[in-house]
Amino acid sequence: MSAIVEVRNLARDYSMGSGAVHALRGVTFDVEEGEWVAIVGPSGCGKSTLLNLLGAVDTPDAGSLTIAGERIDRMSDSAATAFRLRRIGFVFQRFYLMPALSAAENVELPMAEAKLPKKARRQRVQELLGYVGLAGRIDHRPSQLSGGEQQRVAIARALANRPALLLADEPTGELDAATGLEMIELFRRLNRDGTTIVVVTHDAQMAGAATRRIRMRDGAIVPPSMSDGVGA
Amino acid sequence: MPFRLAFLALFRHPARTLLALLGIAVSAALLLDMVMLATGMKENFQGFLMLRGYQLRVAPKGTLPFDSDATIDSATMLVRDIAKLQGVAAVSPVLGGQSQAVVRDSTVTSFTLGLDPAVQGDYELLRGADLTDSTSLVANERWVELTRHAIGDSVTLAVGYDPQLRTVIGQRTFVVRGVVRFFYMSTSQATVAMRLPVLQAMGGPTRHDRVSLLMVKAAGGSDPEAVRATIEREHSRVSVLSLEGATVQVEQRLAYFRQLALVLGSISLAVGVLLVTTLITIGVNERAGEIAVLRAIGVAKQSIVLQVVTEGLVLSGVGALTGLLVGLVTAQWLERILADFPGMPATFHFFVFQAYDAGIALGMLTLSGILAGLYPAWRASSLPIAGTLRREAVA
Repeated sequence: MSAIVEVRNLARDYSMGSGAVHALRGVTFDVEEGEWVAIVGPSGCGKSTLLNLLGAVDTPDAGSLTIAGERIDRMSDSAATAFRLRRIGFVFQRFYLMPALSAAENVELPMAEAKLPKKARRQRVQELLGYVGLAGRIDHRPSQLSGGEQQRVAIARALANRPALLLADEPTGELDAATGLEMIELFRRLNRDGTTIVVVTHDAQMAGAATRRIRMRDGAIVPPSMSDGVGA
Repeated sequence: MPFRLAFLALFRHPARTLLALLGIAVSAALLLDMVMLATGMKENFQGFLMLRGYQLRVAPKGTLPFDSDATIDSATMLVRDIAKLQGVAAVSPVLGGQSQAVVRDSTVTSFTLGLDPAVQGDYELLRGADLTDSTSLVANERWVELTRHAIGDSVTLAVGYDPQLRTVIGQRTFVVRGVVRFFYMSTSQATVAMRLPVLQAMGGPTRHDRVSLLMVKAAGGSDPEAVRATIEREHSRVSVLSLEGATVQVEQRLAYFRQLALVLGSISLAVGVLLVTTLITIGVNERAGEIAVLRAIGVAKQSIVLQVVTEGLVLSGVGALTGLLVGLVTAQWLERILADFPGMPATFHFFVFQAYDAGIALGMLTLSGILAGLYPAWRASSLPIAGTLRREAVA
């Protein structure tokens, strides 16, 4: 396997009223292609900051970040946008679907932005919504879907442009226990089918299902234990 | 997709969008009315002067037609000389003055025109007969209303009163032959017309062979400006005003009207821009999380800008089209109010609809729609993605 994510000495500071907060301090790790990595740790430890940097929606103050062979820490805003569109899939805790669009239109949105032909878009929408078990909900609006269904649509949207890396921020955070388990199963299936996943979570079951866990505290990675998975 | 998202964003709060559209429509209506007023008066004035095809007005030297009591003497010879000039098709002499009709215990004062019915360009016959002989009189509806006379009635008119001799001057009896509409007189002004020699004779020696004005029609194919220059060159005692010259004079006199129209139009446009900017900025602030998500999943800044500017354009466009209709209705209403203004000629219109003007108004509103969308579009496209998502998550 080859590393699809290479993180080296990554640092990110935020300036607050009284001074700088070191959200990330010298973080270094790799993610191999086909891995499912869970980033865990207490609130405020820097998990979400790390996920934002991996998703190219934020830029580090120091260190380097390479994803699928591209240095994203030095990218211009427009290059980072294009990179996110084609190489990154985002799943958010609160789903963040466009409320006025149907499930199909939400999934179609990144493909339309990528200028995929309409016929190919429609075909891919059918395929993805079928994959996440929502073939019968294609024309429903988010308000007509349950939380679990909305998150499935969000996952289908994240996979629309066949990203190299799927990033998920607390994907079970808004779901009940039973739906959370269904979501874990969906992630397991995705990973089994070859999707590389990095998920930030407080959910022990979600973290336990991942192939590897990265523990964080105070902006840094805690040395791995035996239970964190191979290669940590 | 940006266009669809823009439309959907506007339909998210239908009541708010509707109110904004109404606001823009009112602003657009005002703008259209101001544009119609600013250019319509000039356009209409040219048509107004050309009602009977007389392009030139000959007045006493240094005066404008009916601007003073000054008259041109030796009118018969002047009319004959001008009529002989190359390129002149017709000459219509007009003498203006006051006359009084004694009706029961009161006196009705009216503006009185003396003219040649064969070439006159001042009125159109509504009913009855024209000035057939020297005892004939035609009058407008207002005069008929005030004197309570009808066609066929006899009426005695005088053109003055001598307080020393305590007697009226130039008194004659006429028969009302017809009811007419005077093009250049207010409908609220009682006005009569009679044959020119009759009015000249009633005025005594001071009016003998005198006219206030000559209207000159250039023959087809000849240049009215060349005719004007020839008349002025050969007859130094008169001033000749061409259509072009008259338009310039009117434009100078009505300059403040156009300035007012420009200021009010600009204000209405600015109000429209501010309204759209405010509304769309509120919408962008409400949808900050959604916009951050769109950016996070790879939607380009240009797409966000296009979406927000489209919202502004749709609002302005629909509001402008509605406003054009409202503007036409309000223009008619204002026209009726202004038509009642004292001294306003019956055939003069302030508001003239022209497709070109409507196009200008629409163009300005479209441009303002784009301008109005630029600030919220800039805000939307420059939202910090991570920070906005964090704030949304906390909220």
